[in-house]
Amino acid sequence: MSDQKDEKKTNRRDFLFTATAAAGVVGVGAAVWPLVDQMNPDASVKALASTEVDVSSMQPGQSLTVLWRGKPVFIKRRTDDEIKKARAVDINDLKHPEKDEDRAKNPEWLVMLGICTHLGCVPLTDKGDYDGWFCPCHGSHYDTSGRIRKGPAPTNMEIPKYEFVNTNTIKIG
Amino acid sequence: MSDHEYTPSSKFGKWFNDRLPLLTLANHLTDYPTPKNLNYWWTFGGILTFCLITQIVTGLVLAMHYIAHADMAFSSVEHIMRDVNYGWLLRYVHANGASMFFLAVYIHIFRSLFYGSYKSPREIIWILGIIIYLLMMAAAFMGYVLPWGQMSFWGATVITNLFSAIPLVGESITTWLWGGYSVDNPTLTRFFTLHYLIPFLILGLVVLHIWALHVPGNNNPVGIDIKKPSKDTVPFHPYIVIKDAFALLMFCIVFALFVFYQPNILGHADNYIEADPLVTPAHIVPEWYLLPFYAILRSVPDKLMGVVAMLSAILILAALPWLDTSKVRSAVFRPLFRQFYWILVADVLILGYVGAMPAEGLYLLIARVATAYYFAHFLIILPVLGWKEKTTPLPMSITEPVLGGSPNLAAARSDEKIEKTIK
Repeated sequence: MSDQKDEKKTNRRDFLFTATAAAGVVGVGAAVWPLVDQMNPDASVKALASTEVDVSSMQPGQSLTVLWRGKPVFIKRRTDDEIKKARAVDINDLKHPEKDEDRAKNPEWLVMLGICTHLGCVPLTDKGDYDGWFCPCHGSHYDTSGRIRKGPAPTNMEIPKYEFVNTNTIKIG
Repeated sequence: MSDHEYTPSSKFGKWFNDRLPLLTLANHLTDYPTPKNLNYWWTFGGILTFCLITQIVTGLVLAMHYIAHADMAFSSVEHIMRDVNYGWLLRYVHANGASMFFLAVYIHIFRSLFYGSYKSPREIIWILGIIIYLLMMAAAFMGYVLPWGQMSFWGATVITNLFSAIPLVGESITTWLWGGYSVDNPTLTRFFTLHYLIPFLILGLVVLHIWALHVPGNNNPVGIDIKKPSKDTVPFHPYIVIKDAFALLMFCIVFALFVFYQPNILGHADNYIEADPLVTPAHIVPEWYLLPFYAILRSVPDKLMGVVAMLSAILILAALPWLDTSKVRSAVFRPLFRQFYWILVADVLILGYVGAMPAEGLYLLIARVATAYYFAHFLIILPVLGWKEKTTPLPMSITEPVLGGSPNLAAARSDEKIEKTIK
C-alpha cells in the first residue's frame, strides 16, 4: 500500500479498471436501450399517419372534428367576418406571433390540431373572449385563427401537415 | 438498538434461528421498547400498513377480471360491477381504499410535522416516507386511468402533458410515455403494468421505513430523547398492538361508511362515461387528494413554471429536516411554531378547496396567495423561527410531567443532557 501512495502516476491497473468500466457502461447501455425504446410509438401506430377528409358538405361557419393519430383535428370553414377578425390583429400583440396568412394558406379553411397547447385538452369551438376556441380545463382563449390570446397555454394551436387533394378533400398528415 | 441476546426455548427453534434469525426478528418486534405516551396520532403507521395490504389484496383479485385494452377496459369494469361475484364490493373497497390510504397518509404526515418527527436522527425515515408518498401518487394516478372513463382519459392526458413543459425534450418524453401521439391503448397497458408494480415497490420501502424507525426508535408527543428500555417505555406487544388495533377498528368503520353508503361520493360522475378522445369534460379536476398540488399548478400563469412549482411543493418536504432549524422537536414546547403549524394546515385545506374550483377571478387570487404562503412557510418562517422563537422548558423524561415531575424546573433544566436538547 505504501509504495502505491508514493507513486501517484497512473499504472496499468488503473487503465484496465477504467477500460473495463467503460466497456461495462456501453454493454449495459446497449442492453437497456431496447427496454426504453419499446415504449416509443410502434410500427402499427406510425402506419396510421395520414387521414383523408371529405369537406364538400361544409358551409361557411361550420366546423368538423376528425381523428388523426388519435388526436382531434379541427377543420373550420371560416366566415368572411372571422377571417377579417383574424387578419386585423397586430401580430406584435400576440404571445406567439404568427400571421393568419401563414396559418391558413387558403383563408377560408383553417385546419389545426384541436389540442390546447397547455395540457392537451380539447378546446370548445366558437367560445371564449375572442370568438375562436376556449379550453375548459384551465381557461385558455384562442382567436379565430387558433392563436393563444389569453390564459396559460404557451403557444398557438398547432397546424399539422395537410393538403387539398382536390377541392372537396383534405389529406392530413 | 439495545436488543438483549435472544435464545429460542425449543431445540428446533434454536437450530432454525441459528440458520435464519427470524425468531430473533419476531422477538425484537414484540419487545421493541415504545414510548409510553404515544397518542392516537401514532396509530396511523399501522393503519397505513393495513391500507397497503388491502389495496394489494383487492387489486390482485380485480386484476383477475379486468382487461387492459382501450376497447374493453370500460366494459370489463362494468362486468366486475355487475357480473363478478362480490365484484362491486372488491372494486368499491379498492377505489375508496385509495382515498382512505391518502386520508391516513396525510394525518401521518401532519403528525410528523406537529411533533417534529422528521428531525435528527430521523431524517432518513422522513425521506423514505416522502418517496413512498410520491409512489402512492403515481400508483393512484395510474389506477384512476384503468377504468378508461372520461376522467381517466383526460386526467391521463393532462398529467402526461405536464412532461411536455420540459424544454427541448418535453415532446419526445410525452410521446415516449404515451407510446403514440395521444393517450391510447399502449398508454393503458403500460399504466396497468406499472400500477401493478408500484405497490410492491412501496412494500419494500415500507420495510426500510420501519427498519430506519427501529434504529432510533419512535419519536413521542413530548419529543425528547428517551432511554430504551426504561420506565419511559412499554413493550410493543401487547400495549401498542392493542392500541393500534382499536384505532384500526375505528378507521375501518369510517372506511365501511364510504364503501357501503357513499361509494361514489369521492369519485366523479364523468368517469362512468367511456373515454372519448374528441370531447373533454367541461370541468376536469383530479381526485381530492391531489387538489392542493393542482391548485399550485394552476396558480402560476406560465406552463413550465407551474409544473416546477407543483413538483417543488412536494420535493420541498424532503428538505424539511434542514429547513426547520429548531432543535426542539415537539410543537408542544414551541408556542409560535404551533400557531404557524395550524395556519399551514388551513393553507393546505384552502389550496385543496380552490383546486376544486374553476381557476378564475377570486379563486385564482386566493390560490396565488395560498401558494405563496405555502412556500414561505418552509423557506422563510421555519428557518427564522428556529433561532427567534423562545421555546418553553422541556421535561426531563416522559414520566416527569405525568407524575407532577420536579417542581423546580430551573434545577431540572440545569441537567446537562436537557441543556443540549434545548440548545
